[in-house]
Amino acid sequence: MAMNASEIEHLIREALPDARVEIRDLAGDGDHYAANVISPSFRGKSRVQQHQMIYAALKGRMGGELHALALQTSAPED
Amino acid sequence: MTDIKTWIDSELQSNDVVLFMKGTPDAPMCGFSSRVVQILDHLGAPYKGINVLESGELRQGIKDYSNWPTIPQLYVKGEFIGGCDIVTEMFQSGELKTLLSEKTLA
Repeated sequence: MAMNASEIEHLIREALPDARVEIRDLAGDGDHYAANVISPSFRGKSRVQQHQMIYAALKGRMGGELHALALQTSAPED
Repeated sequence: MTDIKTWIDSELQSNDVVLFMKGTPDAPMCGFSSRVVQILDHLGAPYKGINVLESGELRQGIKDYSNWPTIPQLYVKGEFIGGCDIVTEMFQSGELKTLLSEKTLA
């Protein structure tokens, strides 16, 4: 099973409508992606909490359908 | 065997730095686990490597324990620090070295 980049982006946007999302396919196998997500909703949250928000947005696919998602998250610079 | 959460709690209480990983520090079986091992070795931080592949119950239990869906997972003084991405980011920014030396571990 695998996912495509637009599916990942769609799920993240659904949970974080204000986010800027950039997905890069690392291996072309639908299983290894990198995502850079910038959202005001991350402000004041630790890296772990920010990444957990993304995993929640992916509704359990992380670690199953999606083997690897290299995440970079941040709140926008003011 | 005590339930898995209790077992994890006791491992985290009795070891300052714990890395739940795939494989062992001498024989990591996943690129992400191996990267964290290299980072910890580079910093000279003593740690306990726990191979989650030895038990399906542990492999799932640790994900539930920290509400984190992937392996590896690094813990310092019982606190979940992150997976490969976060540990790499903290290493590159110097935060990991600071954290470990603050807790007088490296």
